[in-house]
Amino acid sequence: MSPVNTNIPILPSKGAVPDPVRAGLAAGWRVTDCARLEADLTLEADVIIVGSGAGGGVSAEILALSGLRVLIVEEGALRSSSDFNMKEAEAYPQLYQESAARKTRDKGINILQGRTVGGTTTVNWTSSFRTPDITLDYWTKQYGLKDYTPAALAPWFELMEQRLNISDWAAAPNENNDVLRRGAAKLGIPTALIRRNVNGCWNLGYCGMGCPTNAKQSMLVTTIPGALGQGATLLTRARAERFVIHGDKVAQLDCVALDAAGQAPSGGRITLKARHYVVAGGAINSPALLLRSGAPDPHGLLGKRTFLHPVVISAGTFAQRVDGYAGAPQTVYSDHFLHDKPIDGPMGYKLEVPPLHPLLLATTTGGFGAQHAADMAQFPHKQAILALLRDGFHAEAAGGSVALDAHGAPVLDYPLTDFIWDGARRAMLTMAEIQFAAGAQDVSPVHESGPRYTSWAQAKAGIAALPLKVLATRVVSAHVMGGCTMSDDTRQGVTGADGRYHGLANLSVYDGSLFPTSIGANPQLSIFGVVARLASGLAQQLTGKPAARPVRT
Amino acid sequence: MTTRRSFLKIGAAAAITLAAGGAIYRLAHPPALPNPFTLDGEAKAVLAAIVPAMLGPVLPSEPAARAAALDDAMARTLAAIHGLPLSTQKEVQDLFGLLALGPARRLLAGVSGGWAQATPEAVAAFLESWRHHRLAMLQTAYLALHDLILGPWYAEPSSWVGIGYPGPLKELLK
Repeated sequence: MSPVNTNIPILPSKGAVPDPVRAGLAAGWRVTDCARLEADLTLEADVIIVGSGAGGGVSAEILALSGLRVLIVEEGALRSSSDFNMKEAEAYPQLYQESAARKTRDKGINILQGRTVGGTTTVNWTSSFRTPDITLDYWTKQYGLKDYTPAALAPWFELMEQRLNISDWAAAPNENNDVLRRGAAKLGIPTALIRRNVNGCWNLGYCGMGCPTNAKQSMLVTTIPGALGQGATLLTRARAERFVIHGDKVAQLDCVALDAAGQAPSGGRITLKARHYVVAGGAINSPALLLRSGAPDPHGLLGKRTFLHPVVISAGTFAQRVDGYAGAPQTVYSDHFLHDKPIDGPMGYKLEVPPLHPLLLATTTGGFGAQHAADMAQFPHKQAILALLRDGFHAEAAGGSVALDAHGAPVLDYPLTDFIWDGARRAMLTMAEIQFAAGAQDVSPVHESGPRYTSWAQAKAGIAALPLKVLATRVVSAHVMGGCTMSDDTRQGVTGADGRYHGLANLSVYDGSLFPTSIGANPQLSIFGVVARLASGLAQQLTGKPAARPVRT
Repeated sequence: MTTRRSFLKIGAAAAITLAAGGAIYRLAHPPALPNPFTLDGEAKAVLAAIVPAMLGPVLPSEPAARAAALDDAMARTLAAIHGLPLSTQKEVQDLFGLLALGPARRLLAGVSGGWAQATPEAVAAFLESWRHHRLAMLQTAYLALHDLILGPWYAEPSSWVGIGYPGPLKELLK
């Protein structure tokens, strides 16, 4: 019998495939569900990591493999393939921030962000891109990040691609993706295929509800088990409240235990002490934690320049079934409109498609009553293209800012400027043209005025005249970046190029909040690669030995 | 019946009423740490009036089946609200508290008489006016109702037959 080091009941795996998380708990992983705590806790480690997503997961494994005692604090619960049932009604409340309804202050943008062990990597759509060279060049020129060249980062991307089995996807795109490919090809717009972090993928299409077969190489089934297997400790349903700062050092991290619903503090308190602290709560929660802690911010930069890749959507109806819920969700993309203008010129956009599931489509489809019902009745014939608008490269797209509400929770203010609406309008035109070129019967940019065009000529005139305004135009985001900008120039960023927080000797930020602009691509691999390098540097400093290299097991 | 045009005319008055309505509501319910959302009394009548207008023809017409589907839809909405952060639940609570107040119902929603007596046409007119309202607060309220009623309705298997969705692979359900 293995020792039991968790207060979570040991249960057998459920489902068609073995559950490595339940097996790990049975084998002695140190995991404490703070919703089940019966007394306050005080714990020490070499490194405390806040967050278990792309940044926290990669950091935890490298630091633990390098021989350091690691403790991970996660606000969400520990859920795994035995729990993943491919049902939106269960997945969104259990696995996402604010039931997948997190919004900007004016409620103009809905943000999809994970809140579970593995963070957003547990629920994302597996799209894996290295940071585009043009983005890195901009960082070097504008933020002095001279170590962030494509050549310097390539080995780190390669390392994480191996670790997470990021590779070409061999199966044919599903019809939802293939419409983008075919329509673009007719218009001479180049597309390419998306690489994915999967291993033995069943091509089901339910990545957004947690992978039921553990094929997705999220942090939940890779780096977090890697760290826990080395003796790291994981606290779940624990919210990092504030760092206690003495001079230029963090003395401790105060956390609160959450109730079983994960919403209100249960009253339990957790005090954590370490040599070094890593903040990896994602680009909304990381700046909020530092703001609550009163971290030094002499130039008022903390929480500023938060980027979202604001997304606009175009829905089309096709004669054939599209079945947008079935098959790998994102396999085709086009970067054509990121490269046809200068990076700091009019807003560029990346084209992809979203998977279509009933709740997601029902809330995204405007209107109500008979019209909404008629749209939903066409569900299997609906196709959608999305455009990710590349923010952060122009003064009129300088991102949002994170502040705190009366309860200390983060609120993101993100102004949608005329410059952004110009990009949105051009993107809507492009998407409609592609959909008609692929044979759409009708096309509707997602907008409250409920436009429905039956020809490209009609769409061209209609979209040109469409009043694009906040709330009337549906804008969503699945990529949160920035807010703890890195630059060795303290007037430009709150963290250094090495991720260290300026003015705090033992605190680093290792997540997407470091990015000085948006990425211009789905950001997970950018976070994996950048953080692998930074965490390896930290491991070496703390141990005096070269950092261990994570390998796929 | 209040027309769209008269809604636009009462903009400023509406803003004041909305603020006052919130204040009246908070006086009646003193503020504390936000409690979970509760659906009681007139607020329940508000939701019962809005759900059929929002869902439209997907609700069955036969009275007993319709009543059962309505109860089901309201339960799904309530569950969805309970998945939101407590501070957001309070915003939704305030919205229902406001709509439950007679003056707000008449002035802001344009629905005369009680919610239980409101005709489907009057409720649809109210939703349509808030959908395009120039006051952002009313627009966001409409969008919240839209998402909280339509989202959970289509998340449940009973709605899937009507939209041709086979549901996830049965062999993998746990």
